[in-house]
Amino acid sequence: MAIRERLSGNEAIAFAMKQINPDVMGAFPITPSTEIPQYFAAYVDNGQVDTEFIAVESEHSAMSTCIGAQAAGARAVSATSSCGLCYMTEMLYIAASDRLPITLAVSCRALSGPININNDHSDAMGVRDAGWIMLFAETNQEAYDNFLQAMRIGEAVNLPVMICQDGFITSHAIENIDLVEDDKVKSFVGEWHPEHYLLKKGESMSMGAYATPVYYMETKRSQAQAMIDAKDVIKKVGAEFGEMTGRTYGLIEKYMMDDAEEAIIIIGSSAGTAKEAINELRAQGKKVGMIKVRSFHPFPTEEIVDALKNVKAFATMDKDDSFNGHCGPMHAEVSAALMAAREFGPLGINYIYGLGGRDVKVESIEKVFAELEKIAATGELGETYRYLEVRE
Amino acid sequence: MKDIVEIRWHGRGGQGAKTASLLLADAAFNTGKYVQGFPEYGPERMGAPITAYNRISSERCTVHSNIYDPDYVVVVDESLIQAVDVTAGLKENGAIVINSGADPEELRPMLKGFKGRVCTIDANKISEEELGKVFPNTPMLAAIVKVSGVVEVDEFVKDMEASFKHKFASKPQVIDGNMRALKRSMEEVKG
Amino acid sequence: MSKYEKNTAPDVKWQDITLAADVFEGGTSAAIETGDWRTIKPVIDWDKCKQCLLCAPACPDMSIPVMADGKRGDFDYFFCKGCGICANACPFGAITMVK
Repeated sequence: MAIRERLSGNEAIAFAMKQINPDVMGAFPITPSTEIPQYFAAYVDNGQVDTEFIAVESEHSAMSTCIGAQAAGARAVSATSSCGLCYMTEMLYIAASDRLPITLAVSCRALSGPININNDHSDAMGVRDAGWIMLFAETNQEAYDNFLQAMRIGEAVNLPVMICQDGFITSHAIENIDLVEDDKVKSFVGEWHPEHYLLKKGESMSMGAYATPVYYMETKRSQAQAMIDAKDVIKKVGAEFGEMTGRTYGLIEKYMMDDAEEAIIIIGSSAGTAKEAINELRAQGKKVGMIKVRSFHPFPTEEIVDALKNVKAFATMDKDDSFNGHCGPMHAEVSAALMAAREFGPLGINYIYGLGGRDVKVESIEKVFAELEKIAATGELGETYRYLEVRE
Repeated sequence: MKDIVEIRWHGRGGQGAKTASLLLADAAFNTGKYVQGFPEYGPERMGAPITAYNRISSERCTVHSNIYDPDYVVVVDESLIQAVDVTAGLKENGAIVINSGADPEELRPMLKGFKGRVCTIDANKISEEELGKVFPNTPMLAAIVKVSGVVEVDEFVKDMEASFKHKFASKPQVIDGNMRALKRSMEEVKG
Repeated sequence: MSKYEKNTAPDVKWQDITLAADVFEGGTSAAIETGDWRTIKPVIDWDKCKQCLLCAPACPDMSIPVMADGKRGDFDYFFCKGCGICANACPFGAITMVK
């Protein structure tokens, strides 16, 4: 029987870490993820875990600590947000290219400037090319569930995993959650026995060596394959998690998509708000639906193309802007996926929304669907690069 | 979804409005409800107006926005009704509960034409008399439970007693004071 | 060399390269000839050499071996790049650089 609890998203992540009992945590505090190492440090202090907690002087060092620990053969975790994630960037690339399956919890927050502590996805999207598997959560429950699955996924393909949730919106909101019993978590997550690691007896090796042009590209191609392979692993682990808890996960979640003519593609907590908007619009007889992207990297190209097949108009919702003069990061991915599949049917626009904590209401999502209805009816796309809920 | 109750808290940084909203979420959770309890975050500091929210329902609520049309509003600091539009969006069939020694009808003229139920409770006085200091959280929590009925009163009292016993295990003398404050508040809330 | 030698050879395919291009076994540079970088080479005149050993630690490529008997041996021309530092370090003019 699951344990009925109420926890904030940050509490839920810290609790998942406690149940996993990783070998090492290297962390530096930053709003809104500070509570994660804070709660976890209490578990360490109370002797509830035997993790080596390393309080470092920066996020760069936090990730360096994780890299060193994981390379040595340990399981390492960290947590961060916003500019803390930016500051980790150099080491994020190294963690991924050294193929170290570290797990990092991110409570997503806007980047400066203007200085802002509230939620959007600029931090996570800013490091999207670092080579990490990136899973996003709609709720505290999903943040917890994703964290429990992270090591199974990362260790299967030797890639680090970022477990993202929306700062404050879920990280600081108390909501109901079903926790998994400790023994079940233990047997699900299992133990980490890497084939090679620096402290392995009788095997000397170097990690992170210089690679000349003769080797660099083969190394990167091999890394790219791991991300391709991660798709199946994420689905397999998500299905197995479902058998244990009744909560099955894939790369995307489809909501009312079977006969949808207008759809949005969205990430994170606003997906829940969108569900309510869709319920209301469905009650009015409108054929609307949603694709929630759980796995941003690897990007679920086939799944999204397939889900959009019979859709007349869609909007990709980006809680971040690429400032490339035409679209946000997810719209670029969706557009490339459709192009690669030679699928030119659905008319797509892009909304930049919810930046720096701009509240996303049920009505906000309804406005998007109203626009999509017009586009579907007229076939006129209009401006494809739009800002939602901005005063103009 | 239909039975969802939405509550908005207005307080000042440091007064415990956020804590009160989390306590209400706890109390509702303990009676089997689905809850949300969350503050609106910003660069708060002591004394600045802050807002916190609760959604309470019998099914999981998926909405993750702030609350704009609350069923109930709780004002933890009376002076806020001048500074903040506390009745904004408040449903006419809902109610506002204000921490004040005044009668509800004395305050109504300051509520921008709000026609619904106005309640007052002198939470500062109760907490001073029962706890020896101004700590209006517990009486305000009790008042909103009484007014809204969002948690069944007997269950609430039982649950709070258990949580006080847990929370104040090392200083049991404050448990009685808190329980008296709680019960008095439910009796003395006006309007 | 290690059992992973073929996975780190210059013609390795991406499917076969070691994970993260990790290198197994230490001292793998011993297999890499750098002697062919040399344009001039040091030669020693054993009559002038006093076995003071000032040359050996000066060599950046450890190409002047010191033997078990505490005396220096001949140059290791597999690695010596011909930098000439040893010739400069020798107080007795025992080392000369030749084409």
